[in-house]
Amino acid sequence: MRFLLKLIFWLVILGIIAVLAIILVPAHRSRPIAQLPENYQSAEGRGQYMAIMADCAACHTGNSAQPFAGGKPIDSPFGKIYASNITPGKRYGIGNYSLEDFSAALRDGLRPDGSHLYPAMPYDSYRKLTDEDIVALYDYFMHNVQPVEQPVQKTALVFPFNQRWGIRLWNWLVLRPETGFTPPYNNAKLDRGAYIVEGPGHCGACHTPRDIIFRQKGFDASSPLYLTGSAVGGWSAPDLRGANSALAGWTDDDLKFYLTTGRNHYSSAAGPMNFAIRESLQYLKSEDIDAIVAYLQHIQTKAGPQQPVRDAGSTIAMLTKAEPSMPLGARLYLDNCGACHFVNGLGAPEVFPRLDGAAIVNAEDAAGLIYVILQGSRLPSTALRPEDLAMPGFAWRLSDEEVSELVNFLRTAWTNNAAPVTAEKVAKIRAQPYVD
Amino acid sequence: MAIQQKKKNVVIVGLGWTGSIVGLELAREGYDVLAIERGHDRNIVPNWSYPTTADELKYALRLEEMEKLSNTTVTIRRSLSDTALPYRQLGSFLIGTGVGGCGAHWNCQTWRAHPEEFHLRSYVEKTFGEQIIPEDMTIQDWGVSYNELEPYYDFFEKVAGVAGEAGNIKGHKTGEGNPFEAWRSNTYPMPGGGVTYHGKLFAQAAKSLGYHPFAFPAAIATQSYTNPYGMQMGPCNYCGYCERFGCLNYSKGSPQMCVLAAAKRHKNFQYITRSEVLRIEKSANGETVSGVTYIDPEGREIFQPADMVVLASFQMNNVRLLLHSALGQPYNPQTNEGVIGRNYAYQINVGSATAFFKDKNFNPFIGTGANCMALDDFATNRIDFAKEGFIGGVRIDCNQTNGQPNRSLPLPTGTPAWGAGWKQAIGDWYGRNLGLGLHGSCMSYRDAYLDLDPTYKDKYGRPLMRMTFNWHENDIKLAQFGSARQEEIVKALNPDSYNLRRMQDNEPYDATAYQTTHTVGGAIMGENPQNSALNRYLQHWDYHNLFVPGANAYPQNLEQNPTGTVGALTYWMVAAIKNNYLKNPRPLV
Repeated sequence: MRFLLKLIFWLVILGIIAVLAIILVPAHRSRPIAQLPENYQSAEGRGQYMAIMADCAACHTGNSAQPFAGGKPIDSPFGKIYASNITPGKRYGIGNYSLEDFSAALRDGLRPDGSHLYPAMPYDSYRKLTDEDIVALYDYFMHNVQPVEQPVQKTALVFPFNQRWGIRLWNWLVLRPETGFTPPYNNAKLDRGAYIVEGPGHCGACHTPRDIIFRQKGFDASSPLYLTGSAVGGWSAPDLRGANSALAGWTDDDLKFYLTTGRNHYSSAAGPMNFAIRESLQYLKSEDIDAIVAYLQHIQTKAGPQQPVRDAGSTIAMLTKAEPSMPLGARLYLDNCGACHFVNGLGAPEVFPRLDGAAIVNAEDAAGLIYVILQGSRLPSTALRPEDLAMPGFAWRLSDEEVSELVNFLRTAWTNNAAPVTAEKVAKIRAQPYVD
Repeated sequence: MAIQQKKKNVVIVGLGWTGSIVGLELAREGYDVLAIERGHDRNIVPNWSYPTTADELKYALRLEEMEKLSNTTVTIRRSLSDTALPYRQLGSFLIGTGVGGCGAHWNCQTWRAHPEEFHLRSYVEKTFGEQIIPEDMTIQDWGVSYNELEPYYDFFEKVAGVAGEAGNIKGHKTGEGNPFEAWRSNTYPMPGGGVTYHGKLFAQAAKSLGYHPFAFPAAIATQSYTNPYGMQMGPCNYCGYCERFGCLNYSKGSPQMCVLAAAKRHKNFQYITRSEVLRIEKSANGETVSGVTYIDPEGREIFQPADMVVLASFQMNNVRLLLHSALGQPYNPQTNEGVIGRNYAYQINVGSATAFFKDKNFNPFIGTGANCMALDDFATNRIDFAKEGFIGGVRIDCNQTNGQPNRSLPLPTGTPAWGAGWKQAIGDWYGRNLGLGLHGSCMSYRDAYLDLDPTYKDKYGRPLMRMTFNWHENDIKLAQFGSARQEEIVKALNPDSYNLRRMQDNEPYDATAYQTTHTVGGAIMGENPQNSALNRYLQHWDYHNLFVPGANAYPQNLEQNPTGTVGALTYWMVAAIKNNYLKNPRPLV
């Protein structure tokens, strides 16, 4: 008995020491930036290009008049996280960061004082950035970005998520020991594509499912679940590899066109993907997009159970007949959607996206579809397709019950096959509109 | 003292079709371009969102997308001895405003002119003799030929997304489309969309009389379409809300759908709205203009200097701004001297036939602005002017544009105008009729012109535009000729009954009734600075850095709708500016 008490006592002491150590002993940074040749200079524009590719502005630019001055709230499952000011301002920005400090933020999620960044910052992906690209980014932020001396709102999550030291444990479990990028394919194009997708492009941050501790199930194609679909803020980030891959049937050209213009023969980007194309992907070099396309096509597995194919004919017949007795959802479709998306749900190439078979319609979580119905969606203006084609929102016109009826029609119309939603869900989404 | 802005390379007055095209084309060349639009900014979403734009009362009757006549109107008189009065209601032309201009609310009927129409006076004199031209008829040659304009027609059709069947490709008759059209280098960029039941009946009847009906071309997409600027259109759903409405479906060719987003991508293209240009200012050298003075939304007067000014507003406003700015000698109908305001012309549209069928249902709500069969057998170059006693051509057509309850409920003659009998007739006849229209050229005359009104002023204290116009014998004969052809076709349709509206002898012009809306001239192009305001490149004869594209340049009106030719002339002008003028600014003629 005494022995047991003693043991418990020492275990508690040990635990306290361990926790104190986790809190107090400075976290370890990954390896320093490798020795680059003397007088190493990033190529002109490389840093800016990498900042666009990594889409730093997506989170760190809250106000377009003050690029990278932070302040934008990022919705996480744990609360709002405010992106920091990463201009070279010395007081509120990162003007005092050394190259190694900067590298530690990107690869280890560490601030110069050793405290932890929230993993809303995708350092688990940026860890793959090459030394050259980190140097280029550092030069860009230090020399080409205007300093903005302005504080951002402090992130204040609820307990226990406000205890940043806890992230140290998470990092132990999540971060791979190696940093930088080791080309796996022995093929320059595939390797370039893998680097962009897995590293700076951080596609997996949305498109890879996460486990119970919110860790991505894989950071490269060797993990079977990598890029097999997840959700972000209610928007589905569809499977890009498996049997029901959103890319199934897309040619290389279809995929390239989608990534550079936000639209193609089948689909139009909405929600966070629309944002990624608007702010980042449309500006990538043609050969980089080609590399992304080659890589994504290369890693198709077609694994997993395929959705049974249903017959679209009965929906088309019902909508064409337009009997007054048809279900409310079908009538709402004809009154609100059919003008552009047509009775066959196929829309028109590059202009009106397909609804039959669309990932957004069949997503496990229908929130993205509901956002679009309520708020509408606008494509970005891009070099190849300058027109910001827009769908109007229908929030002013359709009640929660009507939206749910319409959504439930869409999710079983034509060949679609997804579970119904409730009017309560629509009401919740209506109360908290999507902001990108 | 006006506030002075930093100088721009190019200032464009008005952001409709012509202003948008010039803006994009010159921004692409790297010039600093500023467009100044008096109306509001407009885009498909939110301004024309589905389904809010399908509102007949708001847009078709209360004319929400048009200039409010309480801001600016026109005074109108029929002869030199009358006193013109300001109009509070207009029907025969509707003055657009806002980004996109009239290109936002048009019906998209897109035609080319016949080659003879560009040298009409020479053609008439050579073919029929000078003596058939009445003494007071002031028709002129344009100074540009069809062959010169053909590539620019072709390009505009690609930009605006015109659908239709070609009838004559480089002289080869295709057996489809309009067999009497001028040669074209290419087919239309999209195939035609077909017409509804009314058109099939009309075509049968017309063919039985030996005529050549065809579905006519329109800038309405029949499929997904991408134009040379990468701008996109989606297939039309025949909702029946074209004319007077912005398109809710990305289907109508308009500056918004075909040009503006591409222009906005250029940082050197800027535009401001709710800013009205008061006048164009002259340079001290007397050979150029120095910029424009406008009123901004806060009511401040602002001078915007520019190397070059493109006056691209509505036809009438172009003429009016030239008069307000004293750029060119105002026309004097007594002496037939002066050029600004000269050769105003309207268009012949008075004459219609409505055929009623008890046993046919046309589903009139299925329509577009150009869901239309037409025949061009009576084109300008196919009529013996000496024999018929008029100069010009006329098209007969059968269009089903909409089934709207206020505008589209024709009833047989003799139906009570209200009460139970009227209600009964609405039930009996809704959707059971088809209508034939006519559309003909209009000549210009010494006593048809535009000048500044001596009495009435706008809210800025500027004189209103005064229009002096009435039908002449030539117009009435042409309209009556067209009505006679209509009646033959209506009889061949064998309806239960039909109404005819035929222009009467000595019938006066009525500006409050809807007609074609195609108002032209007043700052015309030509070969001679004595009788035209602009040279063949739409460049002002006296101020070489001022260009004035638009229907104001027509010396007399065409047989067909004007937008195709306005587009072609604009690209012709843009080519001269880009390839010739900007390298060495000077009078190009």
